[in-house]
Amino acid sequence: MNAPLIWIGLPIFLAVILSFIPRPRLISRLSGVFALTLAGLAWIVPIDDVLSIGTISIKITSVFQFLGRQLVLGAPSRSVLVVFYGLSGLWFLGSNAAGVSRRLVPAGMAITALLIGALAVKPFLYAALFIETAILLAAPILIAPRQPAGRGVIRFVTYQTLAMPFILFAGWLLAGVETSPSDLALAKQSAALLGLGFAFLLAIFPLSTWMPMLSEEAPPYIFGFLQWILPTTSLIFGLGFFDRYAWLRQAELLPQVLRMAGFLMLITGGIWAAFEKRLERILAYTSITETGCVLLALSLGMDKTQLIFLFFVPRSFGLAVWTLGLSTIKDQVKSLDFIAVQGLARRYPLAVSAILAAQFSACGIPLLAGFPPRLALWETLAETSLIAALWFGIGLLGIFLGAVRSLTALVTSVELTYWQSQEDWSQRLLLGAGIAMLFLLGLLPQIIQPLLVTFPSMFEQLSG
Amino acid sequence: MTAILSWFALALLTTASAGVLLSRNWRWTLVLLAILYVGVFIFVRLYWPLGMAAVKLIAGWIASTILGMTRLGVEPISEPVQESLPQGIPFRLLMAALVGVTVTAAAPHLSGLIPGIGLAESAASLLLIGLGLLSLGITSQPLQTTIGLLVVLAGFEILYAVVESSVLVAGLLAVVNLGLALTGAYSLLAGENRQSA
Repeated sequence: MNAPLIWIGLPIFLAVILSFIPRPRLISRLSGVFALTLAGLAWIVPIDDVLSIGTISIKITSVFQFLGRQLVLGAPSRSVLVVFYGLSGLWFLGSNAAGVSRRLVPAGMAITALLIGALAVKPFLYAALFIETAILLAAPILIAPRQPAGRGVIRFVTYQTLAMPFILFAGWLLAGVETSPSDLALAKQSAALLGLGFAFLLAIFPLSTWMPMLSEEAPPYIFGFLQWILPTTSLIFGLGFFDRYAWLRQAELLPQVLRMAGFLMLITGGIWAAFEKRLERILAYTSITETGCVLLALSLGMDKTQLIFLFFVPRSFGLAVWTLGLSTIKDQVKSLDFIAVQGLARRYPLAVSAILAAQFSACGIPLLAGFPPRLALWETLAETSLIAALWFGIGLLGIFLGAVRSLTALVTSVELTYWQSQEDWSQRLLLGAGIAMLFLLGLLPQIIQPLLVTFPSMFEQLSG
Repeated sequence: MTAILSWFALALLTTASAGVLLSRNWRWTLVLLAILYVGVFIFVRLYWPLGMAAVKLIAGWIASTILGMTRLGVEPISEPVQESLPQGIPFRLLMAALVGVTVTAAAPHLSGLIPGIGLAESAASLLLIGLGLLSLGITSQPLQTTIGLLVVLAGFEILYAVVESSVLVAGLLAVVNLGLALTGAYSLLAGENRQSA
């Protein structure tokens, strides 16, 4: 048995099978259970070690030869497999309640497998090609049914595609820097190209214009899924560069550049979220600020990479709950602007609670999932610079204002409407569980610690 | 002989890529895109074995065919298109000339940066990247955007073929080209679905 075949080949095969199943609920459950099983397998079964069950001995090897190169999923990758497949499984289970299981699940399963492939391929540089393939697979599901392709989707494909050549070419230049480290001009060129590539890939300001546009066009739940999985993979891929090239992680300018990019994303996203009048665009701006937070965590030094991983799980839960809530109310109103959604809290109390809980979680309100990572980051930033901590607070304040404005719009009723829950039972169940999970992660953040503690072991140098 | 072939390919690519940018008839645009891939093939063949280089040609032709066949069955969307920049031929010609001047200046530097690359290859790759980006900058239509991206990637592929000859990379780049064409085709059809619904 072979790990890349189990965690990359098998899901792609299943994705093809799933695309032929006409029943949305079956697709959602089947894929959810399958992804969770893969996560469970990654948690339990050792890789490259013999597992004995009675008289049967199983050994899962980590390497798969593929067109002259290798896909490697060794023991350090297990935590990534657990997080990616575990969270994808939950997203897939919720897809039916969001009404997008036939669109999201087959492509989503293949995207997850391709992104795992991106993290497994050796040389790791080729990950850019796997990520690009995943992006191309994502583009069709982002186009809303019976609607023409909007500018957001087109810009998304364009920007994400432009990232690939920059990263691949920068990777080649970086190899040159490794052989002649004294060539400063080459080092600067390669770092600039790499930075540009990741600026496109992570939608770093001002290359994030497609995000609010796309949030308006695409089904919210699909947008949320991609906003979780693509930046997370890109960030892990980016960490691979720091792990591989010592001169890059020791570059003096790197923390400043990362901090500037992080603050730009956090503050611009926060300000726009504060003044935005559409719920789905607030989601997009908040997503921009989340990536900004991770860049800020990265700017604090390679010995604090644990901070980066703290954001991964709360981000996924926050986006899932938020977008499920948006999907629930989207079909009931003409648009998601504040005027159209006025008073919806009385008809969709759980969906609205989910949206608001996720929004308040994203601005780091205590007791919610987003609080522990933001508090840890804020505290560490304050240790290095009080001004940085102040700017961080301003960014979070912007998202908070956006959340308060959303709350006002959603609970203000222009006419007398009695409180009643119009969500169906599956939506109630999932939204309720999602809100509970946001509180659970806020109250007991240590429950995900066993998963996160092994994350840095993926990186030989960064894990120290 | 190789040098003559390179300069011939550069002339072919210059004509085809400028034609792709200037043409307003989608049929001509796609024919020129297919011709462009012949030029890419000639350049890539200088560094890669015939079989691998042929992958680029075939993938490019298939991409052009996918876009052509999809566009053939689609009525153009009658909605007014918001374009932020001038769209006329003189404007495009001027911009293409600017790209040409920039490429002429930058190509020798690129040749210095990448060992083993010829001036013609440097110029060809930069020209395709420049004109592709220009095309992306002046349109937001799915077909033109897809073609622009394919042109940018074609330019990059010439450059990358000089430094990387992995079968996996060749395969994945072909997948990316075909994926882009399919995404473009889907985008064209998505608009059509609404009209017929």
